[in-house]
Amino acid sequence: MPLVRLSNVGKVYRSLTGDDYTAVQDFNLDIEQGEFICLLGTSGCGKTTILNMVAGFEHATNGVIEIAGRAIDGPGADRGVVFQGDDSLYGWLSAIGNIEFGLKMRGVPKAVRRVQAKRYLEMVGLTGQEHKHPTELSGGMKQRIQIARVLANEPQMLLMDEPFAALDAHTRAAMQSELLRIWRATSKTVLFITHDIDEAIILATKIGVMHAGPASKLKSVIDVTLTAAERDRTHDRFVSTYREVHTIMRDEVAIAMQRTH
Amino acid sequence: MFQTLGRLSGYLFGFASLFLVWHIASAYLLRSVLFPQPAKVFATALELTLDGTLGQHVGVSLGRIFVGFVGGSLIGIPIGLSIGSFGIVRRLLEPYTEFLRFIPATALITMAVIWFGIGEGSKIFLIIYTTVFIVIINTAAGVSAVAPNKIRAARSLGASRGQIFLHVALPATMPFILTGMRLAMANSFVTIVAAELVAANAGLGKMIWDARLYMLVDHIFVALLVLGFMGFIADRLFRWGIYAFAGRFQPVT
Ligand SMILES: Nc1ncnc2c1ncn2[C@@H]1O[C@H](COP(=O)(O)OP(=O)(O)O)[C@@H](O)[C@H]1O
Ligand SMILES: [Mg+2]
Repeated sequence: MPLVRLSNVGKVYRSLTGDDYTAVQDFNLDIEQGEFICLLGTSGCGKTTILNMVAGFEHATNGVIEIAGRAIDGPGADRGVVFQGDDSLYGWLSAIGNIEFGLKMRGVPKAVRRVQAKRYLEMVGLTGQEHKHPTELSGGMKQRIQIARVLANEPQMLLMDEPFAALDAHTRAAMQSELLRIWRATSKTVLFITHDIDEAIILATKIGVMHAGPASKLKSVIDVTLTAAERDRTHDRFVSTYREVHTIMRDEVAIAMQRTH
Repeated sequence: MFQTLGRLSGYLFGFASLFLVWHIASAYLLRSVLFPQPAKVFATALELTLDGTLGQHVGVSLGRIFVGFVGGSLIGIPIGLSIGSFGIVRRLLEPYTEFLRFIPATALITMAVIWFGIGEGSKIFLIIYTTVFIVIINTAAGVSAVAPNKIRAARSLGASRGQIFLHVALPATMPFILTGMRLAMANSFVTIVAAELVAANAGLGKMIWDARLYMLVDHIFVALLVLGFMGFIADRLFRWGIYAFAGRFQPVT
């Protein structure tokens, strides 16, 4: 049984003016335990919509989403979410305070949660920054806090919505390799959203390419069998995987461009 | 350290120039018994301080402001929080807040005196009134301004509804609450003088009104001077308190 199963999932956004918008329709995807799935698609195709439904922030208007065989109803500590921007961080708490937030909510005693939070602070490479507040930290550091905050809570899976999209190229590359290192160390299941083919190939064990919206669904699923050494933009196998994914994406990009211009 | 000294000396020069302008105007430009010189006003202030009248009036006015301001904030914060949190409360209470906030406390002075008498009751009612709506509106706006992702993150981290309110919505709203209180404090000073001018048995407004009857212009100036200073100091203290106790909530002052 897969860890997560999306069966014929659809989402219709009701609008006040009466023009309902079908963002996704008949979306099917299985996510196995320990997989790193990248959901790849053009801007506005419904990636965030899918993630929000898996997170339990939004209800599917059609179909079912199951986790370990149980239909989800609402958010839960089994699914940790890393958001694209930094507005989910708590500005009145220090880095360590943010990281231990989930443990505090669940009643873990202060001494215990400090130790655990410190461990994850270290894991994301922020040792020494624990007393800084989010405003005092760079964009990359803030995303590290978000990742540590989620990991410290020990969820079954991570849901990440374009977490590195706002970072500069160098920071993004560094964050990608850190995330891979953490993923290998913790063997969490990851659903990672991106619009960047490179990023998907660097990170994923499986890439799901989405159709352009509206009524978007999965277009195809590609298994990425590259080794760690081959996940390098200059490697031949990387380039051939890129071509493969790009061919699938190309038409969708064209459709998306036509719609928005 | 040097920065603090620099700021302090800036203030001192500012105030010194204010008195200098006043002195030049009253001694050379507008010489009149109706426009006393600063020296004369300071002498009167000293005299009134020594015989205890000034202290009594100041104490009465400050006491009213304090009680009304604290009371109004204590009423306004929970109401603002629930208006911001629950659509149904907003729809129920917004007609009140949206209607009453356009009726200034000064317009209610006569009514307050008829209802609560010329003693403390009417003054405290008016200060509460002037405080409560500003605090409610700012608090409610603050709750609506909490980034939805902060709430979502908390839910995914396993926080309950009550915990989200206490550990996310409340601290995220803090800067707005404090801003509302600071505005309310300024309004309280305006309101108390107006109320004491119209009907009171003590307070700075009453002092001004009595002085008018006997044309004691320098007494009026003493009261004005004290008001200016009190407002300035109260505002600074509030700001200082905000930074000392709530700096981590990033107050916008
Ligand atoms: N709350 C909403 N109400 C109405 N339409 C929405 C809402 N959220 C997203 N949409 C629409 O659904 C489509 C998919 O959005 P989204 O999932 O955010 O796309 P992506 O994350 O792939 O860029 C977009 O056309 C967007 O305008
Ligand atoms: Mg998105």
